[in-house]
Amino acid sequence: MTAQATSIHKGWTFPLTLPRVVMLLLALAGIGVLGWRFAVGLGASTNLRDNFPWGLWIGFDMMTGVALAAGGFTMTFYIEVIGKERFHAFIRPAVLTAFIGYLLAIVGLLGDLGLPWRIYHPIYMWNLHSFMFEVAWCVILYTTVLFIEFLPIPLERFGLQKPLRLVRKIMPVFIVMGIILSTLHQSSLGSLFLMMGHRLHELWWSPIIPVHFLLTAICVGFAMVAFEAILGSWLLKHPLDSKLLGELMRPLPWLLLVTLAVRLGDLAVRGSLFAATEGSLQSWSFLVEMSLGLALPALLLFSRAWRESPGRLFSAVTLVVLGVILNRVNVSMIGMFTPNSTYIPAWSEWVVSVGLVTAGVLAVVFISENMPVHEEHEPQPAH
Amino acid sequence: MTNSSNYMGMLIDTTQCMGCRGCQVACKQWQELKAEKTTFFGGGGYQNPPDLSADTFTLITFTETEDENGLHWTFAKRSCMHCDEPACASVCPVGALTKEANGAVVYDADKCIGCRYCMLACPWSAPSYQWNSPVPFVRKCTLCNDRLQLGKAPACVSGCPTGALQFGRREDLLNEARARIAKHPDHYVDHIYGEKEAGGTGVIYLSAIPFSELGFPEVPHHKMSQDAEQVMKVIPWWVAGLGAVLTGTYALTERRKRIATETAAAESQAKQTGGEL
Repeated sequence: MTAQATSIHKGWTFPLTLPRVVMLLLALAGIGVLGWRFAVGLGASTNLRDNFPWGLWIGFDMMTGVALAAGGFTMTFYIEVIGKERFHAFIRPAVLTAFIGYLLAIVGLLGDLGLPWRIYHPIYMWNLHSFMFEVAWCVILYTTVLFIEFLPIPLERFGLQKPLRLVRKIMPVFIVMGIILSTLHQSSLGSLFLMMGHRLHELWWSPIIPVHFLLTAICVGFAMVAFEAILGSWLLKHPLDSKLLGELMRPLPWLLLVTLAVRLGDLAVRGSLFAATEGSLQSWSFLVEMSLGLALPALLLFSRAWRESPGRLFSAVTLVVLGVILNRVNVSMIGMFTPNSTYIPAWSEWVVSVGLVTAGVLAVVFISENMPVHEEHEPQPAH
Repeated sequence: MTNSSNYMGMLIDTTQCMGCRGCQVACKQWQELKAEKTTFFGGGGYQNPPDLSADTFTLITFTETEDENGLHWTFAKRSCMHCDEPACASVCPVGALTKEANGAVVYDADKCIGCRYCMLACPWSAPSYQWNSPVPFVRKCTLCNDRLQLGKAPACVSGCPTGALQFGRREDLLNEARARIAKHPDHYVDHIYGEKEAGGTGVIYLSAIPFSELGFPEVPHHKMSQDAEQVMKVIPWWVAGLGAVLTGTYALTERRKRIATETAAAESQAKQTGGEL
């Protein structure tokens, strides 16, 4: 780790290539539209209304953003707690993505809340019956934990040895707290929908929807790590040990299989499986989610050759990532359609969401290029 | 604090309503709500405005049905149902919605953060939002809580010329509703809507036609927060259990790592000394 601290030159670097300029403009457009939304209110800036009060900013920015940040807790659990030391190089990118993901989800939430300047209210106005209260506390606490887990990166960059040693000493406590908070947060985003049995389509509503949310989050936690590592090696020339990455992905097909089995088993037990054949928008969306998002990548990833070829692994984990995005979109939007209330996001909602994603990508790229995120793979000590 | 026998509610006998919408006007006046610009046939036939909104806390719905005797109108007054155990109050993260001892489900605008969870959790979609304001609040019928505190009936009840709306203790109203059904079993369907729906509501209805034909949703006969409470109960155990498992596993892993480094160090030292000799 000391080796790479010196490999990064002291100045800041951010080569403005054309794609980056485009992303910067998209991010700025998103921020601009977000500002406009505060001037005109949600009615003029979104397609939300009384019979469709949650849309893209909750369903995508918040729900999906948090799910895609699951690499943070899955990797700290798998690598630090279980002790799969040889994968150590994958922790920092995962923690960085999680931290940035949470910050963006919070920005999205601030845009969506009617009275965002009161976002601190749940700190001292309590309702222990509310899953939204739990979500609020998880966001506050886990973002703090992620900040501490992220701290070694800038501390190393600036050569602050004393605080670095202190952070390392207290890190185990925060790793354990972070995993507990993550499981609570990921599942409670699903629990929010426990109250919507009258509205959410039976293919997604379930008394154990928090379990489904947690399982899909764990799957996408693994998938996002591979997705980013491969993309980074292609576009940013980050070092990639494809054999090691393939090995790290070994649990993923099993996780996908368990997720699929629990989901279908739950539907079968409650007699809702046949709703998948009703031929509605919802049933098709469900079938795509199950087949392309879970079954197919599970099948592909059982093959070791598929896991260890970056191109093929990328295609499989992309399916997983898109599948989980589709799941969150299904639960929060498509599954909530009723005959007299459907919803298509307004242009401004798209601009903000795209802007937030590009801002996140830019932040991750900037930090990757200027701080010690990607370790050179140190040779394995012989056992 | 709720006690279904003791708080105030409203009995709405749709067979006695003539659709004059006096209640709508009285509500607008007392609550000082803006008029809405509407169009004829903007929704649901002669119903006007088409739906509840941030400026319309109560609305007479117009339903036309046909039987062997010809066409019939049924008018029903929709508003907040003032549940025993309101879903909105259970989901609000900051406790801005509460069930008062007098029966009213009221909203504290000073607490609200604008997450709009209440709107989605309510099976009747009673809460509405001020979508066009940069400082928006949730709006809904308050059962005229301010009038209740002065010992008056809600404005809509006072404005009803036919007695279709009746205000009183919920238990008395339920007895009255049961008595009416018993006295005219051919006149009413045998269903007091709101007696059991969502675990019981303060506003209850009588009708001559099935409530599904009036567009009333079928709502489970238990409090809406039942499933959520089951899951909520698991959380302390989950935190304690997972915390113990994680801490234990982490400690074992750290121990294994320490032993491995120590062994490696000892081995390399042995090798070094061996080489020097």
